[in-house]
Amino acid sequence: MTTAVKAKGSKKTGVDKFLTLLRFLLIGAIAIGLIAFVWQQIDPNNPFARWRNPDAQPLTAEQIKGLVVTGLSQGAMYGLIALGYSMVYGVLGFINFAHGEVFMLGAFTGFVTSNKLADAGLWEGGAFIPSVIMTAVLAALIATGAAVLMERVAYRPLRGSPRLIPLITSIGVSFFIQNAVILLFGPGAKGYPPNPEWLQKKRRFDLLGDAFAFEVEGTKLLVLVVASFSMAGLWYFVERTKTGKAMRAVAEDKEIASLMGINVNKTIVTTFAVGGAMAGIAGILWGLLFRSVIATTGFLPGIKAFTAAVVGGVGNLGGAMAGGVSLGTAEALAPLMLLEPLGVAGPTQLRDAVAFLLLILVLLVKPTGLFGERLSSEDRA
Amino acid sequence: MTTALGNNAASASGSALDTRKVLNVGAVLAISLVFIALAGLPVGLDPRQVVNGILSLGYLSLLWLPIMFGWTVSKQVVLEGMTATKQGVGDVITGAATGVVGGLGLSVLLLLVNQFDLRDPLVNWSPQLVDFLTFSQGIGLGVIAWPVICGVLGAFGASLHLLDATARRAVLAAIGAVLFFAIFETFITDLFDFLDDLLYGPRGGLEWYAALVIAGLAVAYTLSGAREKIAEVKGDYHALTGEAKTRQTAILIGLSAVALIIIPMVTGKITQELMANVGIFLLLALGLNIVVGLAGILDLGYVAFFAVGGYTTAVLTASNRGPDWPEWFPTTPWFVALIASVIMAGIAGLIIGAPVIRMRGDYLAIVTLGFGEIIRLLFLSDWLKGYFNGAQGITQVPPADFGLFEVAGTNPRSVFYLVMFFAAISIYASWRLERSRLGRAWMAIREDESVAEAMGINTVNAKLMAFVVGAVLASFSGAIFSAKVGSIFPTSFLILVSIIILVVVIVGGMGNIMGVIVGSVVLIGVLGGPKQPGLLQEFSQYKLLIYGALLIWMMLKRPEGLVPNARRSRELHQDEFLQDAWLKGEVDTDEDDDNPAPGGSQVAPA
Repeated sequence: MTTAVKAKGSKKTGVDKFLTLLRFLLIGAIAIGLIAFVWQQIDPNNPFARWRNPDAQPLTAEQIKGLVVTGLSQGAMYGLIALGYSMVYGVLGFINFAHGEVFMLGAFTGFVTSNKLADAGLWEGGAFIPSVIMTAVLAALIATGAAVLMERVAYRPLRGSPRLIPLITSIGVSFFIQNAVILLFGPGAKGYPPNPEWLQKKRRFDLLGDAFAFEVEGTKLLVLVVASFSMAGLWYFVERTKTGKAMRAVAEDKEIASLMGINVNKTIVTTFAVGGAMAGIAGILWGLLFRSVIATTGFLPGIKAFTAAVVGGVGNLGGAMAGGVSLGTAEALAPLMLLEPLGVAGPTQLRDAVAFLLLILVLLVKPTGLFGERLSSEDRA
Repeated sequence: MTTALGNNAASASGSALDTRKVLNVGAVLAISLVFIALAGLPVGLDPRQVVNGILSLGYLSLLWLPIMFGWTVSKQVVLEGMTATKQGVGDVITGAATGVVGGLGLSVLLLLVNQFDLRDPLVNWSPQLVDFLTFSQGIGLGVIAWPVICGVLGAFGASLHLLDATARRAVLAAIGAVLFFAIFETFITDLFDFLDDLLYGPRGGLEWYAALVIAGLAVAYTLSGAREKIAEVKGDYHALTGEAKTRQTAILIGLSAVALIIIPMVTGKITQELMANVGIFLLLALGLNIVVGLAGILDLGYVAFFAVGGYTTAVLTASNRGPDWPEWFPTTPWFVALIASVIMAGIAGLIIGAPVIRMRGDYLAIVTLGFGEIIRLLFLSDWLKGYFNGAQGITQVPPADFGLFEVAGTNPRSVFYLVMFFAAISIYASWRLERSRLGRAWMAIREDESVAEAMGINTVNAKLMAFVVGAVLASFSGAIFSAKVGSIFPTSFLILVSIIILVVVIVGGMGNIMGVIVGSVVLIGVLGGPKQPGLLQEFSQYKLLIYGALLIWMMLKRPEGLVPNARRSRELHQDEFLQDAWLKGEVDTDEDDDNPAPGGSQVAPA
């Protein structure tokens, strides 16, 4: 990152020119897409829309609101997972590639527990809320355990080794967990029991007058509420408690933190544990929202959550959450608001590509993320 | 390592049983055994015989663990300047106790499986598992047998420490030889038809007497000193210099080339197919070795170049490429398509390489992974369906036609020869590149980018070149792959492929051509590729798990790989070198030269 800044001062090489071109191309494509979208909204028969896509239809306000809500609730989950990436990156300076699997384990625990509870008649019946709380607690516990175990077995022995070694190890851990789950539970998709009626029902909010009224499915609302509370809890933990202070100190400088009497090992374990708990909760929310989980569920959300962490600025907790929400929204909106007006067929298939392009764009244009990185002095190098 | 240091004090204080250590290690053993049992390896692998009627691969999947744990639990870490205590009966008891604790885990599992039904989430919680664990002899026998078996094996593992080096080597050689003959059964019977009835049973697997003879021969071989003689010859070869060495090397290469030409002629189709697959992955691994091993760039989207090579070839040769290609767009013979693939992959290397090159190493890994996914998603998308047929893929890729002969998937031998031709080119290219100015620049960048830049290396150009060279080697592989399979689908280019190639490079030894060859033969040949079966076809379900476990284990215990690159292993073990030097009182240690470092093999834990 820093070398890129340095290079600006010196002479421009071919690569620099290419990168500038690439930045302009990406931003230009986004701008043209947005203009085309707005034009299409105003006049669906404009010549550009006719040329790109003769059956172009403007999106209705309802559709856009629906997309935003979907994006926000997905983004909230990405944000919750991103917190774990961000904290671990802040403290240890490496990408825990297997963090997505921790999330998946949470979702899997939820699948097992919720189905057992449903068999006992508790899930859809009167005791839905206690059941969900119990499931969430169990999922968070399992996810925490997995994250801590991972740290103990695979990452702690590698502390201080060259940077890429723990990253490669975490790829191995991710691969191992994925395939272990396939072997233990079978390869098929696992379904959650149906959510009760009152949760699925759409709710209408018109607090800001009729123009801003929107309908939200209860499940998505639940996701948003739980995610906000978890985030608030984490913020309190990191910023206001003594353990949180220790975590921030370790992230700043491990050696000096240990001289100040902080147990570095314990703090790192805590970091993994807290990140794991957040991922576990995200896993349950995922299960409630999509009602299906497979062993590879963790892979893409994991990578996207990392993207979210980078977008918000690695090491920055608020940034991670904001990055998650913006990534989720961008992913939901971009296919229909950018790609379709540009005449891309089947734009929703390219959702994942949009997420990765956003990562590349952020790293090209503002590598420190939207809200700035918070890394220790040695990691910034 | 850290735990072993602490435990050393306990075992040094006498041969008293260290209960805590036994319980800890035993619990880990028990959990591992239960995990393997519930992952379904024993039941799934049971049909494959190792020693006919005595030992199946299923039992082997459990039984190797107590031996390993017995060996590990009684292993001493001898520190420089401290006297090692003599290992004795106490260690054997420790090993046995650990094994018993581990075996108890299986007994408990057996009772639980017998009693409760958890088949709903756990697919392998089945009567077959009970049947397997009780040897079909009733529950009581199973519950008693497992602790006993594991205890005996644990004691065996521990007692290996008591043997002197030669005897230990003999025992390990015997076990290794039997396993080798069992695993390579199809290969060996293909090569030497008469051995089929002589050694192997009708359902596969060695006959017990054959196993005994093989073990005996292996022991005799170790004790006869033939091994030392071979080592001597090897040493002589390494000691050669100048023209003599060149001549010897030429003879060696010639001999291996002749062997590689002859072997596919006598083997059956399955083996030929397998060798062709190994070759295709070898090509990929050689390319990734340049990117990861030499330049130290962790490219997780390497499969993108494989895909570009495959799709370019398919589009240029197939009759049913997408309908949107313009009229004038040519259909070409395979080798023209190959040239086009190389050019396209080179361009893809530049396009993917340029934006990521200045990123931090770990960001680069994720971004390249993103690029790999983007390229696959583009091939899969409706948007470009008119060009690449989306999920249906391009199905009618003709065989590669060379006039005199053609290379088709139906004739795996021809594919093998073609692959070997390109592998030879790639190996030569990698070998020359490693010693070139560019290669040294790569290695300098791998070791420290800032320093390399300060030394006047144009790091941007060097890294871009690594991307391009890697991409070109992958495109060879892609072009051959599409001609071999005859069809190209987006699902052939999952991220999984990148990761498997990465495992091959890492297990073999990053930055070492020989290591990459060994890695692809051992992993792709024995375990199999992402979709291609290996020699152990029964492993197809379990190989990805094993790949993951191998990757973790290698990174923790032997990051330099099976066949380490001398310079790379010194980088990875720098701390240990410095410490050793300090203990021995040597100050000046930093002699960097091209001699094969003796330290590489000494320091690496066996």
